[in-house]
Amino acid sequence: MNIAAHAARAAEGITPEIVAEHGLSANEYKLLVAALGREPSLTELGIFSVMWSEHCSYKSSKIWLKKLPTEGPQVIQGPGENAGVVDLGDGQAAVFKMESHNHPSYIEPYQGAATGVGGIMRDVFTMGARPIANMNALRFGAPDHPKTRHLVAGVVSGIGDYGNCMGVPTVGGETNFDPRYNDNILVNAMCVGLADAGRIFKAAAKGIGHPVVYVGSKTGRDGIHGATMASAEFDDASEEKRPTVQVGDPFTEKLLLEACLELMAEDAIVAIQDMGAAGLTSSSVEMADKGGVGIELELDRVPTREEGMTAYEMMLSESQERMLMILKPGSEKAAERVFRKWDLDFSIIGYTTDTGRLVVRHRGIVEADIPLASLAHAAPVYERPWTKTEPQATVAAEEVPAPNSQLGALERLVGSPHLSSRRWIWKQYDHMVMADTVQRPGGDAAVVRVHGTGKGLAISCDVTPRYCAADPFEGAKQAVAECWRNLTAVGADPLAITDCMNFGNPERPEIMGEFAGAVEGMAAACTALSFPVVSGNVSLYNETNGIAIPPTPAIGGIGLIPDIATMATLALKRPGDVLMLLGAEAGHLGQSLYMQVMLNRSWGAPPPVDLEAERRAGDLVRALIRSGSLSAVHDVSDGGLLAAIAEMALAGGHGVVLDAAPGPMPAHAIWFGEDQARYVVAARPDKADAIHKAAAGAKVPLRLLGTIGGDAIRLDGEPPLPLAVVRAAHEDWLPRFMAHG
Amino acid sequence: MKASVIVFPGSNCDRDAAVALEAATGQAPAMVWHGDSEIPASDLIVLPGGFSYGDYLRSGAMAAHSPVMREVVARARTGTPVLGICNGFQILTEAGLLPGVLMRNATLKFVCRDVLLRVERNDTAYTSRYARGEVIRFPIAHKDGSYFADDATLDRLEGEGRVAFRYCNATGEVTQAANPNGSRHNIAGIYNETGTVLGLMPHPERLADPALGGTDGANMFLSLAETLH
Repeated sequence: MNIAAHAARAAEGITPEIVAEHGLSANEYKLLVAALGREPSLTELGIFSVMWSEHCSYKSSKIWLKKLPTEGPQVIQGPGENAGVVDLGDGQAAVFKMESHNHPSYIEPYQGAATGVGGIMRDVFTMGARPIANMNALRFGAPDHPKTRHLVAGVVSGIGDYGNCMGVPTVGGETNFDPRYNDNILVNAMCVGLADAGRIFKAAAKGIGHPVVYVGSKTGRDGIHGATMASAEFDDASEEKRPTVQVGDPFTEKLLLEACLELMAEDAIVAIQDMGAAGLTSSSVEMADKGGVGIELELDRVPTREEGMTAYEMMLSESQERMLMILKPGSEKAAERVFRKWDLDFSIIGYTTDTGRLVVRHRGIVEADIPLASLAHAAPVYERPWTKTEPQATVAAEEVPAPNSQLGALERLVGSPHLSSRRWIWKQYDHMVMADTVQRPGGDAAVVRVHGTGKGLAISCDVTPRYCAADPFEGAKQAVAECWRNLTAVGADPLAITDCMNFGNPERPEIMGEFAGAVEGMAAACTALSFPVVSGNVSLYNETNGIAIPPTPAIGGIGLIPDIATMATLALKRPGDVLMLLGAEAGHLGQSLYMQVMLNRSWGAPPPVDLEAERRAGDLVRALIRSGSLSAVHDVSDGGLLAAIAEMALAGGHGVVLDAAPGPMPAHAIWFGEDQARYVVAARPDKADAIHKAAAGAKVPLRLLGTIGGDAIRLDGEPPLPLAVVRAAHEDWLPRFMAHG
Repeated sequence: MKASVIVFPGSNCDRDAAVALEAATGQAPAMVWHGDSEIPASDLIVLPGGFSYGDYLRSGAMAAHSPVMREVVARARTGTPVLGICNGFQILTEAGLLPGVLMRNATLKFVCRDVLLRVERNDTAYTSRYARGEVIRFPIAHKDGSYFADDATLDRLEGEGRVAFRYCNATGEVTQAANPNGSRHNIAGIYNETGTVLGLMPHPERLADPALGGTDGANMFLSLAETLH
């Protein structure tokens, strides 16, 4: 039976309901029929539905993403491949990307988060890089929401078990709690790998008649329609989607990693792509399309886990730990030997062709025969209507009630869900395996040594959702700037970012407006800071019953430290050193953590980001670090100046004696204002003069804050706050929360 | 000193162990694939950390039955020193070279952090560079690290001085608070009857380089290099 006859018969069964179940609108179905020139078979409908899903096609975000800067002398590969690639010098490159696994992690937190980590690592080693560090950015609902504890426990354990087994250190991340994530948590996983700059593997399947090879785990029925699920809102029945969540097997992924890297050392691979979202469909379509070739698949050769799987199921399965490769003819035997050594399935399931079509055969029947261009390029692109988020008025510090005691407020802030230590989380991640973690979690950025060299890679994940909700443009600028600042604070040259754009339903103009604002803000900051976007993903429809998450453009940045001997950390090291603030103070309390924790509500505009000031302050701090002038460095962000100082004191185990806040601004605006482009630095007293001069030369304001010493935080006019008390408040909240109901 | 590091498909501290060994001995160890049943002539065999065969069953249970372990057991019986770190310790107990078993941590969670250890003996090839009773710092990273043995076995181990390291506080006291995983008698590592086989949960190879924040672990490899050359 030919495909047209087969499809005609099948199409009789394709009702508008079936089309809708596949997440396609009636209009999109019309486009599909036009692109195909006939009615589709069910398998073809399935293939189109995943390729045209928001998750795979970026149909709502595409026109906006073009506004992001993606180039720079350091960029080897920008967006469009499995991951971005930047130059580290000496023939080395960093390969990195961040990706969301939000919808599955809410439904099944352990497997959802675990497979998110597995997926992002595959994206990185697919390109020929050995993963050397993982990070994650997590957003949970309110601590008092009944599901939060269960979701935190499952997500953290899923991330840990996967990365720990793989032997890739999970070196940090960030975690927020906010009621707006109650029904839509965010799990964004980032992976950084190290590769030879001259041996980056890509997905373009060049050449005709080359074998298409399937390696890795067998295909099962798990994860069918995962990409479609990730492209729709949740409702009360979302729990029933559990079967669409994939199940992870980190041991097999470890085998796949080692086998791929072993084969990559030989000259056998033309193209390689992991089977992630939309599995065999998207990997084969993307490879063939990028290489401008056709592809024929014989599904009878696909290793399956279950009996009687249909073509539809095999093409849409999102079973994990699988790869698709195009091999150079003649290298099949060598490749098979490598994969057999690692006890992995290996099967030649098809060939590249010159037809420009995807042809899928199963049990002698052509189940699909589709022009590749229609799958990859004919997907609708939407210019969705959007409305700009109304900016809020700037709040004068005087309008924000002052605390009874500044140090009392500090104690509450550092012990709040928002600022408390995340040790309970990262203690469950093996953050030291590979023996190159030179800066462990808890600092501004984690640093892993580039193995066998004195170079370090600094990594940080950042965004402040409450800023983005108040003003997506300034909030996104701030996210990029804070990431840049965190990398700078350890002494790195920031290189590039990856992003995870987490938003609500783009069909609502106000959500699209948030997206538009965030992209514009990111573009402004990335351009001003020479910090291009080289990879990323978009996760829309993070809403339930019409309630959306706050706009959350998570930024994952990496930077290079030429010599880790000059690396800075936030820990205070020497009594007698002086503490200084670099950067201008405006006492901006709008949308601050002070408001949220002390006053239990947030209002006003978030702190504006002056990108030129950001650059001046950052370049100064980096130069001071490199010249060995500073003994400790910390950026000022959530919680403001006093929180930053407390974190430095806790990390080093030394107290501080602080001068009173200078007038005329209210003291709580000085201590808790979240003005951007600021760093707290410590230095030996005899270096203070030179630092003053350097700051003046760089036009960066400097204020002396006090001196390091003792075992308490001392502030003029208030009883001292013992470090032990601050530490208990800071360390206790999360373990106590997780231990008790 | 010539060392061999056994590489199981899920080993992930094999490179870390090799780096630490090479730094201490000046000689790269042989990396021996789990499917091989022959191990080159070695002064020391190391079973590194990781998840040998995924450890979806009991940690180390499958590795204990791999072809290469038959040879490791045979070498150990003839006196070749064998060092099992973390998953390596689990494998040594499963293979019967060391008594007891490593159970799920008392917290039921994976734990990765530095711990303090008291060196119980310094008259073995592994510990000559340490002082007896010295408090040293090694990292741990495991979910199944709670050492368990029955009372009779523990009495025998204690009586024969076969406890190598115990979790302790900064002053060397063996306290409940210093026990990260619920191990009986705060045991972090034990020897076989002859003191030639050592299994321990903490990772000496992870603090054997000043850039990583400490060098207490290097002394174990330096001890081996000096004793076994």
